[in-house]
Amino acid sequence: MATTIVSPRVVKPKSLSCPSCGAPVEVRGFANTLNVVCPNCLSVLDASTPEFQILQKFQGKQHIQPKIPLGARGKFDGTLYEVIGFQNRAIESSGDFFCWDEYLLFNPYKGFRYLTEYQGHWNFVRVISSLPVETRSGGKRAVVLNGRTYRHFDSMTVLTEFVLGEFPWQVRFGDTVVDHDFVAPPYMLSSEATGGEVTWSLGEYIPGKQIWEAFQLQGSPPERSGIFANQPSPYGGKASAVWFTWLWLNVALVAVAFFFSMSASNQEVFSKDYLYVFGQKTDASFVTPDFELKGRPSNVELSVRTDLMNNWAYFNFALINEDTGQDFDFGREVSYYRDSEGSEGSPNDSVVIPRVPSGKYYLRVEPEMESRNMQSVHYEIVVRRDVPSHTFFWIAALLLLIPPIYLTIRSASFEAARWRESDYAPSMSSGGGGDD
Amino acid sequence: MSGPAANCPSCGAPVKFLWSSAIQTTCEFCHSILVRTDVDLEKVGQVADLPPDASPIQIGTEGIYEKKSFVVIGRIIYAYDQGGWNEWFVVYNDSSNGWLSDAQLEYDLSWQAKPPSPLPPAGKISRGNAFQFNGKNYVVTSRTTAHYKGVQGELPFQYWDKDVMLFADLRTADGDFATIDYSEDPPLLYLGRAVEFEELHFKNLRQFEGWS
Repeated sequence: MATTIVSPRVVKPKSLSCPSCGAPVEVRGFANTLNVVCPNCLSVLDASTPEFQILQKFQGKQHIQPKIPLGARGKFDGTLYEVIGFQNRAIESSGDFFCWDEYLLFNPYKGFRYLTEYQGHWNFVRVISSLPVETRSGGKRAVVLNGRTYRHFDSMTVLTEFVLGEFPWQVRFGDTVVDHDFVAPPYMLSSEATGGEVTWSLGEYIPGKQIWEAFQLQGSPPERSGIFANQPSPYGGKASAVWFTWLWLNVALVAVAFFFSMSASNQEVFSKDYLYVFGQKTDASFVTPDFELKGRPSNVELSVRTDLMNNWAYFNFALINEDTGQDFDFGREVSYYRDSEGSEGSPNDSVVIPRVPSGKYYLRVEPEMESRNMQSVHYEIVVRRDVPSHTFFWIAALLLLIPPIYLTIRSASFEAARWRESDYAPSMSSGGGGDD
Repeated sequence: MSGPAANCPSCGAPVKFLWSSAIQTTCEFCHSILVRTDVDLEKVGQVADLPPDASPIQIGTEGIYEKKSFVVIGRIIYAYDQGGWNEWFVVYNDSSNGWLSDAQLEYDLSWQAKPPSPLPPAGKISRGNAFQFNGKNYVVTSRTTAHYKGVQGELPFQYWDKDVMLFADLRTADGDFATIDYSEDPPLLYLGRAVEFEELHFKNLRQFEGWS
């Protein structure tokens, strides 16, 4: 029989009085807590000594209120965590300070996690024990962890501006660490170097709404502003999927076009040869015999084939419904020139008149030509009913291009906006405030 | 697995060994540090009050790692300027043994290993140094100077009078780690893995007020 020494239930440490101001100081992280900040006078206290020795007195002016209160509890990945610490950290970039918040989460079995927030963008972060391997990706610095490549985003010196609550490590106002961030949205790997030690942590971008629900916080999370380093692109991966869909829609479109070509009746309803003889001073205008256009309203194709050579002709046509008098008027110019250097134009022409109702029709034709050393011009007029038209399909194909092109552009501009915040932003050489 | 029972030479309380090969144990009543001799137990020291401790692990905690069950039978407590950690001594059901470290609730399992070649002396090891053990690349990530803060339960060696110790921690790209322990000469090598709390399937853990 093995005897086991069972320690009594670990009791919550009694709250102590701040040696600086006398205010009660609560400790939530049991003996894990190394430093605790007095909530009243903001002195940093040594929680590992029974007398709570003062390590640092607060010198700053601004008291920052955490958006998630200390002591709040919420579940992430099925584990309950309590907020026990809060830091506001800042970087300086050409005279401007950029600040973000970090919340320390604690579970007595699972340990510590972090939530970070910058302008409404949140990350759930944990320290990792593996050591990412340096590599290069697209000519840039990168690291690999578990088969995923993270591209270097930025490197900076991070200043601790404000602390509240408790920490299992030494914390001071004004601490600095050197931080390198590598991104593979929605993930981010960060290395923090303090003294002799480098700590790697892995963050995952999460919506603020999820945090507000987990902690059952009042109101709504802060509005997002800008694009964050590891914010997943709303277009990420979708552009290629949409291009793939586009490919299939085109296949479908070709099939539909083919079907329509096959099913069009494409029937010749009228065909006749004419001769235009120059010098005849009669009225050139004439009407053709009647022809029948049948079926549902559909197109009518009128073709003119001439034997013009280095000459032009102009035809005024009117397609007239004999019963209703409805007419379709249109003019066509045909011209054809050819010499040793090449040719221009064509002796033939055709036009498609859309949606012509069925009925008995005839054509009125009024040709106009110039002699130009020609005795006469032969021409043939052919009328076809319901010819296959590809115009619609070309328009459809062009319209189909809009979504993938739109998405590709949006995706590219999202990535450009992301990287504008990185160390690889295009330099603003024309910006004002130069020291010339 | 139980070893022979004896009585504490200091207070007379019964002392039982959970592991027959243990060299050292502590009397749970008077906190004397007891070392096994051929015939008896010898008091070699006294454990000062253990520092307050928030590890969920305790002596008697059981777990299963990769289908091998283990029980925690002893520990060494260390402190350094950024906090402290526990090295729990664990015995597996195949009678092998190893260590389970709990550093601010980050857990590592490790086993003593034979260095493939002599390890560099303490003065010659620094962050970034690379080593190969069992075909894997290890990089030194930190040098830690630690203080011994106490012992509890059974240990495979005498360990009670150390003061300042140097450890070098090494890591790989996929969760393996190594520690070089410079408290002995030649230094000792431990190889191990970082493990998630869930992977250890613990039983008989401590309870925390407000977290049951």
